[in-house]
Amino acid sequence: MAETGADQDGKGQALAARLRRNRWQLGAGVLAVLAVYFFAGASVYVPVLALVVLAAAAMLPTDARRQPADTGAAIEASGLQRLSGEYLAAAVADPLIIFDHSATIVHANAAAFAAFGGLAPGMSLSLKFRAPEMQALLDGILSGQVAADAVDYTEKLPVERTYRVSASTVGHATGLYVLVFKDQSETRRIDRMRADFIANASHELRTPLASIAGFIETLRGPARNDPAARDQFLQIMQNQTGRMARLIDDLLSLSRLEMKPYLRPGTEVDLRQTIDSVIDSLGPLASENSVVVEREFADGPLVVSGDRDELFQVFENLLENACKYGQSGGRVTVSIAGGEEGQQPGFDVTIRDYGPGIAEEHIPRITERFYRVDVENSRTQKGTGLGLSIVKHILTRHNARLSIKSEVGKGAAFTVHLPAR
Amino acid sequence: MQSVHIVSAYDEELKYLSKRIAAMGGHAERMVEQAVAALVNVDHGLAQKVIQDDLVLDEGQREIDDKAIIIIARRQPMATDLREIVGAIRISADIERVGDLGKNVAKRVASVDGRQPNSLFRGIEALANLALTQLKEVLDVYASRSVERIGFVRDRDDQIDAMYTSLFRELLTYMMEDPRNITPCTHLLFCAKNIERIGDHATNIAETIYYIVTGDQMPTDRPKGDKTDKVVLPGTMPAK
Repeated sequence: MAETGADQDGKGQALAARLRRNRWQLGAGVLAVLAVYFFAGASVYVPVLALVVLAAAAMLPTDARRQPADTGAAIEASGLQRLSGEYLAAAVADPLIIFDHSATIVHANAAAFAAFGGLAPGMSLSLKFRAPEMQALLDGILSGQVAADAVDYTEKLPVERTYRVSASTVGHATGLYVLVFKDQSETRRIDRMRADFIANASHELRTPLASIAGFIETLRGPARNDPAARDQFLQIMQNQTGRMARLIDDLLSLSRLEMKPYLRPGTEVDLRQTIDSVIDSLGPLASENSVVVEREFADGPLVVSGDRDELFQVFENLLENACKYGQSGGRVTVSIAGGEEGQQPGFDVTIRDYGPGIAEEHIPRITERFYRVDVENSRTQKGTGLGLSIVKHILTRHNARLSIKSEVGKGAAFTVHLPAR
Repeated sequence: MQSVHIVSAYDEELKYLSKRIAAMGGHAERMVEQAVAALVNVDHGLAQKVIQDDLVLDEGQREIDDKAIIIIARRQPMATDLREIVGAIRISADIERVGDLGKNVAKRVASVDGRQPNSLFRGIEALANLALTQLKEVLDVYASRSVERIGFVRDRDDQIDAMYTSLFRELLTYMMEDPRNITPCTHLLFCAKNIERIGDHATNIAETIYYIVTGDQMPTDRPKGDKTDKVVLPGTMPAK
């Protein structure tokens, strides 16, 4: 009933509006009819009838010129009004969070979920973003002192990310506020990378360089006319340059990974197929070290989300290590099992060797850059000290975890736990 | 999440408590981060800043204590509310301790000259990253109240302990190599110990949160800490 009432109201208003719009023509018509009545002295009924006809004509929706323009405006207005804030937020590529006067999250778009995780409507923003500068930003906006403000916000863990965060009120008196995060990690990381690269690389490159320089000096001096020594020295120099080249390759791939800290979700990787091709590609290395690679794959689909090339590199590095450092065991087992870690379903890929194993005190640290359990052994096996850091980096990006179990004399097992899609 | 009370001021008071806890937590995270950065880069200015920042946490804890006592006296809270308030007192005490430990690391910057091997500093940085990740995860759980994620916290406890034991051994080795290393290495040892303690406080907070949300105590199968009590370097013990 209320609706029909509103409907009638609306019609009444439209009629009144038409009357108002046509008031000049109407006035002129009335004057004309009255003039005819006075001067011609016609019957009383004629002018009354004429007035009624005029008024009715004015009320008819005759305004053909103006009408298209009016409907156009109406469509435009309702189009913007009908647009839900949710769609608008989803269309923004940067993380965006809408919150109310008590700093409670009203809505967060998909980018915000991907970037921060653990967000839910009803959660308090000031509990999630605890950094002092974010607290100050939220307090400033909510107290109404400023209508819009921005700060730089850095999240160190799990991967370092820097954002330019701007907060502002939405519209007038809506009681809503919006927080937009602009990712600036890339620029920051490039600066940091340059400094890190120089510090790490210069130290690691100096050793082979010093040895090459030494041999060059010897070749120009005492060993000038000794062909046997010359051959031997040139061989060593070649090995050293090879080592430097590998080091630079690894450093570059590590810094490439650091450039893009988190993965866009979406692509799927078939673990079975990926690991099969890793084993095939390392076949020559395995037979060179006289190691047999055994497979124990679980049944059923083994699909995770992630980047195939990066996961390939993870398993390649792990299997390569197992073949090189677990050589004395003679075999390496690669197994995939559907694992349950906590409440999180996923797959456990374990690469187990039966070599000398790793002493307990080294285990927590072997994923650090340039950390080596045995420097000499690493050098002879052409290791750069970066393989496991690369593995760890890639796994962090995939929300995966690496756990290492080893006992001296019994070999080592590297398990990668990948969350299921 | 909290139910709604007839007296909305009561809700406001409870919300204010958790907001203050979060602010203190953020402050403590920042302090530890900066203390470790100051140690690794031998930055005396940053260390001074961290030492002064500790005042904010002390004040925060006092304020939360006062507020909590007043709420208890005025509102006579029951069940969840009571646990929430008592939990706030306990968590703020833990966070205040974290701040103290961070401050202690910052104080030691003056005694470490940065000439120790790079791998040591990298080790301490990695240890600090583990402890800070744990603290961050725990405070995130405080925000989201999703206690089912607390299991991960204990996993990380093992990693921190293993890392600390490894650093302990490495520091002892350096001290044996050259007696001139003893002073800086002892300070670094205390820094590592402090950082390891931060992880323990994070675990305490996790247990308090579990109690607040579920009303049950967390099962007590907490793994025994580090193994440094058994670390002995060969040749340093008198023959039996």
